[in-house]
Amino acid sequence: MIISIALRELRSMFLSPLAWTVLAVIQLILAWSFFTQIDFFFNIQSQLATLPNAPGVTDLVVMPTFEVASIILLMVTPLLTMRLISEERRNGSIALLLSSPISMTEIVLGKFTGIVLFMLIFITMISLMPLSLLMGTELDLGKLAAGMFALMLLLSAFSAAGLYLSSLTSNPVVAAISSFGLLLLLWIINSNTGDASNTLDQLSLLGHFAPMLRGLIDTADIAYFILFIATFLLLTIRQLDSQRLQG
Amino acid sequence: MSSQALISVNNLVRYYGDYCAVDNISFELAAGDILGFLGPNGAGKSTTMQILSGNLAPTEGEIHINGIDLLDKPGAAKTALGYLPEIPPLYKEMSVDEYLRYCAVLRRIKKAAIKDAMALAKQRCGLAGVGKRLIGNLSKGFQQRVGIAQAILHSPQVIILDEPTVGLDPIQIREIRELITELGKSHGIILSTHILPEVASVCNRVQIINEGRLVYASDMKGLLEQQTTGKYEISLARPPSVDEIRATDFIDHVEQLDANQFIVNISNTADELARVAVNNDWGLCKLVAHEHSLEQIFVNLTLGDGENL
Repeated sequence: MIISIALRELRSMFLSPLAWTVLAVIQLILAWSFFTQIDFFFNIQSQLATLPNAPGVTDLVVMPTFEVASIILLMVTPLLTMRLISEERRNGSIALLLSSPISMTEIVLGKFTGIVLFMLIFITMISLMPLSLLMGTELDLGKLAAGMFALMLLLSAFSAAGLYLSSLTSNPVVAAISSFGLLLLLWIINSNTGDASNTLDQLSLLGHFAPMLRGLIDTADIAYFILFIATFLLLTIRQLDSQRLQG
Repeated sequence: MSSQALISVNNLVRYYGDYCAVDNISFELAAGDILGFLGPNGAGKSTTMQILSGNLAPTEGEIHINGIDLLDKPGAAKTALGYLPEIPPLYKEMSVDEYLRYCAVLRRIKKAAIKDAMALAKQRCGLAGVGKRLIGNLSKGFQQRVGIAQAILHSPQVIILDEPTVGLDPIQIREIRELITELGKSHGIILSTHILPEVASVCNRVQIINEGRLVYASDMKGLLEQQTTGKYEISLARPPSVDEIRATDFIDHVEQLDANQFIVNISNTADELARVAVNNDWGLCKLVAHEHSLEQIFVNLTLGDGENL
């Protein structure tokens, strides 16, 4: 049931020009960023050779590309999630889901899985660029996998937050703007504090994403993302339930 | 509450904030019933239907669908339910076939049975030729049919239709009414509409709701019995004077429309009126009920309480 809802969601994204445009634009920007990173790597390659324990191509080319991807997705995810629930409410099609013998949890998980599948397609596409380097050089595949995993967790977290804000309003634009605001706030919330045990630091998305991108997979970071996603999914389910009560 | 009832609603109350949209409604629906749900705009028809379909939660009250509590076990109760809201719940970017297949999965139809269910629903709603077309490109009437197809796809015991004939042309309306009549033989149907003759032609029970309260409930048979007395329009080829007509003992009031047409209020049956007209050689050529009695009841009940919201 969850899978059916997810696949329909994914299909309808690709039936509108939105998904194609998003994928094309991001791919173009990332390709450019990837290209400049490679150029930069070639320029400094001779100096790197003299350094002991020098950073390799994975650190200097692949990870910066993923970092750029995370920032672009911070801005783009709200556009993808904005219509998930708000549009269904606006054009009344949510009545189909609500009158079907499926639970609110299944509806929310289905929609979330749909957007996560889209993110998977996206990550696969941008990972093809670094993987193409395998033809000419060696990559730290472990680090690459860590980076992809980190990006997956981060984008799922973005999606969960966007899904929740989409359930709050029947206006997609309002949903997009508020999701973007929330994500940006959670992204930069640590910028002015230096203390690592600071509560605000613990809340920051960037603070948990950056170490993973360096190849450091910490259970605390994984737990943070899983809790983040679970919280927003639960809030979405509760929100839809209370809308049935309040009308 | 009998165990046979497909729907039984007990003391349903629904508030929007302080505004009471549905005030203590109770009714039952048995298999084979086609219940016409009438009321002026804003009376609470759609709210009641949304509650019955699980789209809204009631503030108070109980709903049993097929004997299963809708609030306790929504999943089980909703399998017996087909619902067409006021705005058909369509995904415009999907084709009719894709959409119906998705609905079939949502309604938990077994995989092997999906194809047959889709074919039957499409055939019943006259959608056989448009399966591959995008819903967004279909006319309003066809979109409405897709909405109905979605509601009957899983042949639910209870079908709730909120204004199903809106936007259809007269031929389609007739087809949909025939479909409803046919479905009504084996299912229980609740039908809301503004069109009174529609209720008269397809429903066997009628309920009128006004300002959230159920103000009238009857079966059509009872209504037809009431129709034997009332207001009639007659056309006479050789009309006598108004006084002469009024002289008949069961004619209470006569109003002359033009030289040949009169509106009479009678306290006896219509055939008595015809007999008098024929016996007196008035040249009776037309005798029709001036107002549909359902319309009369409707107007009396809903206008009496002040403004028509």
